[in-house]
This record gives sequence, C-alpha cells and structure tokens, in this order.
Amino acid sequence: MILRWVDERLGMASWARSGLRKIFPDHWSFLLGEVALFCLVVLVLTGVFLTLFYVPDAALVEYDGPYAPLVGQEVSRAYASVLELSFEVKAGLVMRQVHHWAALVFVAAIVLHVMRVFFTGAFRRPREINWLVGIGLLLLALAMGITGYSLPDDLLSGTGLRVIYSVVIGIPLVGPYLGFLLFGGEFPTETIISRLFVFHIMLLPALLIGGVLVHLAILWRQKHTQFRVPGATERTVVGRPFWPSQVFKSTGLMLLTAAVLALMGGLLQINPVWTYGPFDATTVSAPAQPDWYVGWLDGALRLFPPIEFTLLGITIPSVFIPGVVIPGIAFAIMTLWPFIEPRLAGDREEHHVLDRPYDNALRASVGVAGLLAFVVLTIAGGNDVVALIFNVPVEAMTNILRVAFVAVPIVGFWVTWRICRELQRRTDAPDPRRPVVLRRTASGGFEEGGHER
Amino acid sequence: MSAERLISALLAASMAASLALVGVYVLDLGGAPLEGSLLAVALGGVGAAIVVWAVTLMHAPPEVEERHEMPSPPDARGAAAEALDLEAVTRRRFLVRMLAGAGGLLAAALALPAFSLGPQPGRELFETGWRAGSRVVGGDGEPIRPDDLLEGAVRTVFPEGAVGRPDSPAMLIRLRPSDLHLPEDRQGRAYEGCVAYSKICTHAGCPVGLYRAEDRALICPCHQSTFDVTRGAVPVFGPAARRLPQLGLAIDADGYLVADADFDEPVGPSFWNLTHQGEPE
Repeated sequence: MILRWVDERLGMASWARSGLRKIFPDHWSFLLGEVALFCLVVLVLTGVFLTLFYVPDAALVEYDGPYAPLVGQEVSRAYASVLELSFEVKAGLVMRQVHHWAALVFVAAIVLHVMRVFFTGAFRRPREINWLVGIGLLLLALAMGITGYSLPDDLLSGTGLRVIYSVVIGIPLVGPYLGFLLFGGEFPTETIISRLFVFHIMLLPALLIGGVLVHLAILWRQKHTQFRVPGATERTVVGRPFWPSQVFKSTGLMLLTAAVLALMGGLLQINPVWTYGPFDATTVSAPAQPDWYVGWLDGALRLFPPIEFTLLGITIPSVFIPGVVIPGIAFAIMTLWPFIEPRLAGDREEHHVLDRPYDNALRASVGVAGLLAFVVLTIAGGNDVVALIFNVPVEAMTNILRVAFVAVPIVGFWVTWRICRELQRRTDAPDPRRPVVLRRTASGGFEEGGHER
Repeated sequence: MSAERLISALLAASMAASLALVGVYVLDLGGAPLEGSLLAVALGGVGAAIVVWAVTLMHAPPEVEERHEMPSPPDARGAAAEALDLEAVTRRRFLVRMLAGAGGLLAAALALPAFSLGPQPGRELFETGWRAGSRVVGGDGEPIRPDDLLEGAVRTVFPEGAVGRPDSPAMLIRLRPSDLHLPEDRQGRAYEGCVAYSKICTHAGCPVGLYRAEDRALICPCHQSTFDVTRGAVPVFGPAARRLPQLGLAIDADGYLVADADFDEPVGPSFWNLTHQGEPE
C-alpha cells in the first residue's frame, strides 16, 4: 500500500528489485569493514548524547562535584563537565565509556579491513579509487580519535596535545605560523578546546560520513571482490542476495557489535580522567601513553636519535623527521601502493577474484615489513612500561628497539618472501592429498602404487 | 533445540534485558557495569536471533550474478563527450582565462580570514616571564633563599608574578658546588650550587619533571630525554638534541634568589628560526 504510494511518485520498483537481488559474496574477512561501519553508528549515537552534556570551554572554575579528591581544585569547565557526565548524569559514564571503546575498536576494525584489502589485492584495478577513499577515511578516523581524545582537557590528553603542537611548530619555515594559526597562539591556549570540539563534532564527522557513503556507493557500483570459490570467475560474482540473508546477517552483526561495545563500556574502565587530574601546562604524569593508534607516532619520537642541525640558517628540529617525515612516507607508500604495484609487477589487468595472501610475494613481504615496523614503533611508544615489565633500564630498552626498528622489518620481509615462494611452489605441485593406490605385498606390507587416475 | 525455539529464547532474553534496563534507569539502580551488561544482552539478543534466523531458516543457495563491464562502451563514451562539448566553452580563450583569474582571486580573498585564527608568532617563542631581577618563587609564590634548599633538593620554580605561566617553569636544583662542571658559555650561572634550567623539554615540550638523584639527571617522562644537571643540562640520552636553557642565578639585597635575565635561548621544542635570536621579526 505504502510501497505503491511511493512508487507512483518515485518509480523505483525495478531499481529496488535489482537492488534487493544483488549478490554479495560471503567471507568472514569481508565483515571487518562492516564492523568499522557499525562502530561508526555506535559512535554517532553515543557521541550525540555526550555532546548534549560536554562544555567546550577552557575557562577555569572551582570543582565542587561528588568526586572528593578534586573538590576545591581549579579545573576547566570542559574537564568539570566530563566529570559531571561521568558521576552525576544517569547513564552518562556508560555512554562515555562505550564511546571511547567504540573509537578504539573503530580504528582497529579499519586497520584490519585495510590489511585484508591489501593482502588479498582487492585494491587492484578497477578499485584504486575506492582504496584512495578508504585511506582518506582512515586518516579522518585518526583525526577524529585525536581530537576527541583531547576534549576532556585532562593532564594526559593535554600532554598529547602539547606534543602535537611541538611537532607542528617544528616544521621548517612554516611551523611557527601554522602552529599559531591552528592553536590560536603559543601552547596552551584558551581557544584550542573549543576548536577541537568544532572539528570533532562537525567538520570531521561530516567528511567521514560523506566519505563512507562514497566508499559504499563505489562498492555497490563495482560489486564486491571474492575469493576463488567454485563458480567464481572474473566475469561473475557468487554469493547470496542482499535481501533477506545479507540484510539479516549485517543487521545482526551491527547489533552484536553494539552489544560487545556496550559490554566493554560497562565493564572495562577506560580513560578515567579524574585520576589523571586537570591539565596543567607545568606538570606531567608518568608513564604517559596515548590511545593505541597513536602509539607508533609517539614511539617514533622516542626512538629517533637526537639529530638536529641547522642548514643555511634553517634549523631542522629533532622531532621533524620522526614526527612528520617518517609518517608521511608511510602514508604515501600506502596511498600510492595500487599504482606502485602494477609498475613493479607489470600487471595492469582488471581483477575481481582475490589473491591468496601468498600469491604475490612482493606485496605480502612489503606488507609484513610495514606491519612489523608499526608494531616495533608501537612497542616503543610504551618503552618505559615495557622496560619496567622486563626490569631493564629504559635506555637499554630504547637501544634494543632502535635496532629492532631496522632489523625486524628486514628479517620479516625476507621470511615472508621465502614462505610465499614455498607456498607457491607447493600449490603448483600436485596436491599431496590426492588418493594414492596402496598394494598389499605377499609379505603383508604395503607398497605405493602411484596416484589413482 | 530447534532453531525457532533458540531464536525465540534469544529475543525473550533481549526483551527481559530491555525491561530491566528501564527498571534500572527509573529506580536509579544504575552504575556502568550493570547498564552496560544489560544493554549488551538487549542488543546482543536481537543480533544473535536474526543471525541465527538468517543462517538456519533462510535457505538461500549461493547464486551467480554476471559482473558488468566496468568501462562504458565506446559509443556511449563518444556520446557523453559530445554532450559535454568542452570545445564550445574553451574556444573563448580570453573569457576562460578571465574566469580562471577571477576564480583564483576570489579563492584567495575567501581564504584570507583563515589568518584570523591565530596571531603571528612574533617574538613570543623567544620570550618567557623571566626578567633581569625576577625573584625565583615556588608554586606557592613564596621567594626562595639558597639556604631554603638542602643539597640535592629539586623544586619547580617560576618568576615572581608569573606563577603557573606555561613557558616559564624552571627546575631549581641545589648541588654541591664542586660537583658542578658547567660548560664554558654557562660559567657563572650557578649560585652556591643552585642551578635553574627550563622545565620545558627541548624535544617535544613536555615538562621535564623527573629527577634521578643517583646521576643527577633530569628526565622527561614523555620520551625519556635525559639531561645532565651538572654539565649545563646537556642531553645525554633520548631524542632531545638541545640543552635545556639555563637561568643565571644571583641573590638580591634581601638574600632571595633572582634571575639575572630571561633565558638566552628559546625554551621548549625547536623551530626553524630558533637561532635567529637577536634578529627583529
């Protein structure tokens, strides 16, 4: 009845039919991107709730809430509003914690999704555009994480913000001007909290959600890639229709994702800013670790040797190379990989059937080396904690990790290369699982009679 | 258990959890653990139910669909190019150039207000709250006499009248004078074994808040830059490459510690023109 009313006005019946019948290939790894999408849904819903209570204001007030250790202390209104949200607003704490956990899982799901797309070669022609959109979404997700992390105006996130400011003003020639424009003056400034808020709840989400829609539209248009299952060729797609099975499964996955995030937000305390204390530019806490996806950048800052030099009157600060150049190169290689690989491999064909990860030894080796470098840097981001756990001096830990940052990716590259070649050789050889004819001998033993025909 | 019963049970569990959530909220029995757990059951019950439903009761065999060619057929491309007919626009070269010029200037004019976002750096990165004669005060604002500090004592200090100013904290440390081996250009900055270094790390600007008494080192907890207090805070480990700026200390007529001038180099992280100290901006 209603459908008819709508169709008389929009004429969408044939479009709807083909849409509902659209075939989607099935594989668990195709769900990673969906998990990221569903985290975004949870982030938007909980985020709207938080926005209604959070006050983006750096003005100082005297805290007089129920958290006794801070009563009477000068804190920013932003910090006070986060404490109020956590202790006084009904369901406020669970919303905050679900939001923070969802953010961590969001970035993790995106990173796993990127890995799946990379190692299976799903970025190859014709999907280069969607790879670029995807990298843009990853960067936006990181920016969302960093801006959101800084909003409570606590001591830990304030320290993170200060490191970011230091890296920005360290950019040769433009750094001080850029830093003063972004932060509104010399760190710390009154305006930075409200600016981060505008970015976190308006500009970045608009770009992020717009980008997700483009990402999905391109996916819909190009159809999903798939693994080498029976019946799958470069000209066909094998799977189950969008309605009802895919819609049911995806909706179920969305609710299950939300359920896990709710459980984490309820049971696992995260970012208890009241124990960190309000931001004060002249103090710091130790150990200080950022959220997981920023750890590698902090690790690069910790590992890089003290190199600072002045060339033609221009000083290149010690933070510039680990803080700007190294991440820049990493993201540049990642972004351009769909255009680098065809040049190296000479394969410019369209591909809809996915590679197994070992089908392309070069890609797999580069990917593993990059991942290992990321892991080493992430560990370095917590070098003081790791040193404490293993009871070694932090200096020794740092030196070990400096060596590891160079050696581990190289070894990883070589090992991956060898494993890939070996796996390729074995799968090219006849399948050892093919039935073999055994003959009973006169003495009661067995002898192999070759493969069954 | 049949699939249908399993699904019903899951949905019933979800309903019960939702009702419990309402009860918890209304009666204010809350607390994040209870709320989160109930919410997880409420959401997860429905989620699991429809996944089980899809997997067990929707017997959709795999289907095969043709992929369409990605590139458009050549004639369609030709027709599109014809419809676009760029030539009709670009042949008016002069107007196209004028349009590009107007667009560029308009963009520049519209971008200018971005400069309202922050002031010019000016001399701000070169200056702190310290002046010649500034008394050295603690976080409580009280001035400090050298004898207020025992040997080995460490305090965070500020210039009088600027307590808490973010670019001005310094670490005041009293050592045995014979332990001090200040470099050539920093001779005479200590007063009776008291030395004061900027507390802002020259690496990434964190407060250099840790003092390791055994080797008299100041350590930044953010990235573990380590500075030797006895030798003019020269970096001895970690990523910092510059010494911590040092105040020259003296005492005033009342016997309180004072600075003899502002720091003679920028405090905090390096920037490209930090060596242009004496130049006008």
